[in-house]
Amino acid sequence: MAKVIVVTSGKGGVGKTTTSAAIATGLAQRGHKTVIIDFDVGLRNVDLIMGCERRVVYDFINVINGDAKLSQALIKDKRVETLFILATSQTRDKDALTEDGVKRVIDELKTQFDYIVCDSPAGIERGAFLAMYFADEAVVVANPEVSSVRDADRMIGLVTSKSARAEKGEPLPQHLLLTRYDAERVEKGEMLRLEDVQEILAVPLLGVVPECPSVLQASNVGMPVILDEGSPAAKAYAAAVSRILGETVEMVIPKVAKRGLFDRLLRRSA
Amino acid sequence: MSLLSMFRRQPRPSAEAARERLQILLAHERAGLNGAEFLPQMQRELIEVIRKYVQVDDDRVQVSLDNDGNISVLEVNIELPTAAPKRPV
Repeated sequence: MAKVIVVTSGKGGVGKTTTSAAIATGLAQRGHKTVIIDFDVGLRNVDLIMGCERRVVYDFINVINGDAKLSQALIKDKRVETLFILATSQTRDKDALTEDGVKRVIDELKTQFDYIVCDSPAGIERGAFLAMYFADEAVVVANPEVSSVRDADRMIGLVTSKSARAEKGEPLPQHLLLTRYDAERVEKGEMLRLEDVQEILAVPLLGVVPECPSVLQASNVGMPVILDEGSPAAKAYAAAVSRILGETVEMVIPKVAKRGLFDRLLRRSA
Repeated sequence: MSLLSMFRRQPRPSAEAARERLQILLAHERAGLNGAEFLPQMQRELIEVIRKYVQVDDDRVQVSLDNDGNISVLEVNIELPTAAPKRPV
């Protein structure tokens, strides 16, 4: 049975697309036929993060409007056998996404795929609403920062009350993925601790992705960061994917490397 | 310098302030107690009621909602004119 996963956050710039790309790629690496859909009409970026921006001919909106068949719009990833990308349009027409249209495309995708990962736009407008409306599971991405946590809370509330599952009274599991976590700043008391964010948002934790240079480097070359094996971000995303698949993986919380007493005395005020 | 600074009192970590602010804010937002939506309307209605008895200007009535920890304070400040109020009929 196909599963629809929405990656959402409310606030922009917290790592939704990075996360969608990493999770979709991770699920595909584990042998599941997966498609990632870009819901950010007008400001598409999944194609760029996945490195297939020059291969987009037809998109999600073309399929909704009947201008192209789904098979024409699905872009097959060149690195992972079972991974596909459905890019979106650059149109400025706000009404391009329709509830009926999105439902039709998702229903058709469900017959062909194991996982459908919906990359939500920022905000709580139509695109964000439709990205989460058909979801079976939600990944809420947040940074340890006040505005991001507040928006994540709003989003959790919306998913809880306004999704199709919620309307039918069916459960819709939501998970928190904390990104850009800087253990050093947390230790200095400059950044919200994981425990604080967890306590405030009160949804189960899917993982903690540390602030990591490989995220930017991977996006520079159009590679989902999970493929940069060995990097801390890739490890964190791989563990998150395992948890989505129902495996029990030990939660690794980023920590500051231990320093000697002498070192600490000298660097105290650094 | 760094040895000395060990003994200085550390300022309150800002992350602590972030946590407290969020806890208070979200408790209110979840309860739908944003205030912003009903306050202006309530202020207009309060002025109407007060005007039945006392002549006051619009800007003499201040309504504000303040969240302090677990308590919300709704403050209504009415500045009465110095002249004696009209006797109710």
